[in-house]
Amino acid sequence: MSKLTPTPGQTVGPFYGYALPFNKDNELLAPGSAGSIRLQGTVYDGAGDAIPDAILEIWQPDAEGKVVQRTGSLVRDGYTFTGWGRAAVGNSGVFSFTTVNPGPTEAGAAPFISVAVFARGLMNRLFTRIYLPENEEALAADPLLSSLDPERRSTLIARRDADGGLTWDLRLQGGNETVFLDFEGASQ
Amino acid sequence: MLDANAGHYQDDDELVPAAEPHAAHAPSDAAVETQADLSAEIKAIGEAYARALKDGGAPETQPRLDFAPYRSSILRHPTKSLHHADPETIELYSPAFGHQDVHALESDLTIQHNGEPQGERIIVQGKVLDGDGRPVAGQLVEIWQANAAGRYIHKRDQHPAPLDPNFTGVGRCITGPDGSYRFTTIKPGAYPWKNHLNAWRPAHIHFSMFGTDFTQRIVTQMYFPGDQLFPLDPIYQSIVDQDARDRLVAKYDHELTSPEWALGYNWDIVLSGSKRTWTENEAFGDAGDEE
Repeated sequence: MSKLTPTPGQTVGPFYGYALPFNKDNELLAPGSAGSIRLQGTVYDGAGDAIPDAILEIWQPDAEGKVVQRTGSLVRDGYTFTGWGRAAVGNSGVFSFTTVNPGPTEAGAAPFISVAVFARGLMNRLFTRIYLPENEEALAADPLLSSLDPERRSTLIARRDADGGLTWDLRLQGGNETVFLDFEGASQ
Repeated sequence: MLDANAGHYQDDDELVPAAEPHAAHAPSDAAVETQADLSAEIKAIGEAYARALKDGGAPETQPRLDFAPYRSSILRHPTKSLHHADPETIELYSPAFGHQDVHALESDLTIQHNGEPQGERIIVQGKVLDGDGRPVAGQLVEIWQANAAGRYIHKRDQHPAPLDPNFTGVGRCITGPDGSYRFTTIKPGAYPWKNHLNAWRPAHIHFSMFGTDFTQRIVTQMYFPGDQLFPLDPIYQSIVDQDARDRLVAKYDHELTSPEWALGYNWDIVLSGSKRTWTENEAFGDAGDEE
């Protein structure tokens, strides 16, 4: 299908901290604004230790399920929801975004947030998804989730917090290893 | 075997010794593994790959996620196969960026301060293409790098080489209609890291790119031709196939070199193929417009 061979990826390394992060990179909406939620979690390695030098990007439809194609993700005006954000984990391995619950992009589809993760020691970016915990029927019918073993499936579904936010942890390795996705049809 | 020792490597393994101008430049917690140890591991993996190729195996075009010579990868590579998924709606698009997000001057890393940075001024130019050879226009390219002495402006980089008050090492641009990008910068230096004793990274510039689909997202590193550190570097060698490695090395381009000003390097980047059809793409409307 592809006529050209893609350029290989390489690790983001440890020193992206002054280059990739930018002001309000993790605020897809201003905290506290109408409809906004907090999406948070921790990134773990294979020893179960939190990683202090990972960086996550999320990309999602708006609350109505529409794919937004607005500019202004790097220089945010504080009002425009562009659907994309970036968050470096802190020393505790915790990341946090302010965003909205993604809507279903088609009637009956299970809404999800698309994720790309980068880290020192991770040779190439990994893709995964964060599904909302509600609407069991839509989750059961989802093509990706239904193709997974039940225990692995749960790694892609966030928990709903008491404040209305979402908590979703990412494990690069180990017993509860997050499901990572390959869109090319051949792993590596 | 490596997993049993893995915890040994997890702390600060890419930090170099704290800067001590008068200290001998030997790490106080000297890694016991030498470059020769690491090179032997790299060689064994390379030979196994060469045998697999000879036996009809497919060339590996991406780095191995599980590449133990890069110690930090030991606890950070997924142990289960990546799960094949068909990209769905949101994954068939990528975020839109425009000149609102990036100022035109951000592509010149030599003018971000009041004076001239130290080092060899270079121009790095190329095109971002998708897997079908189509230019990827209007897309964000982000770069970051060490200065000419091999030092990053990062609190965790304590390499005892000078910081340059006139060089930050961060640039951005938006690709043109033909997918082209162009940066003016300083050639970065090699620098030491603590993967093993006497570990040095080849000079490189980090590149970050999107595409028209989120599945095309890539962060990679551009290297310079003829670097003597290539065979010694576990990160470069994590790509086991020589043809694939060569795709990360820029070409010196004398036509691009600017007289009495800067040396020119050319490097094209190929993203994976777009999963979208042109009709869907066109039906969506122009980036930046409300549907």
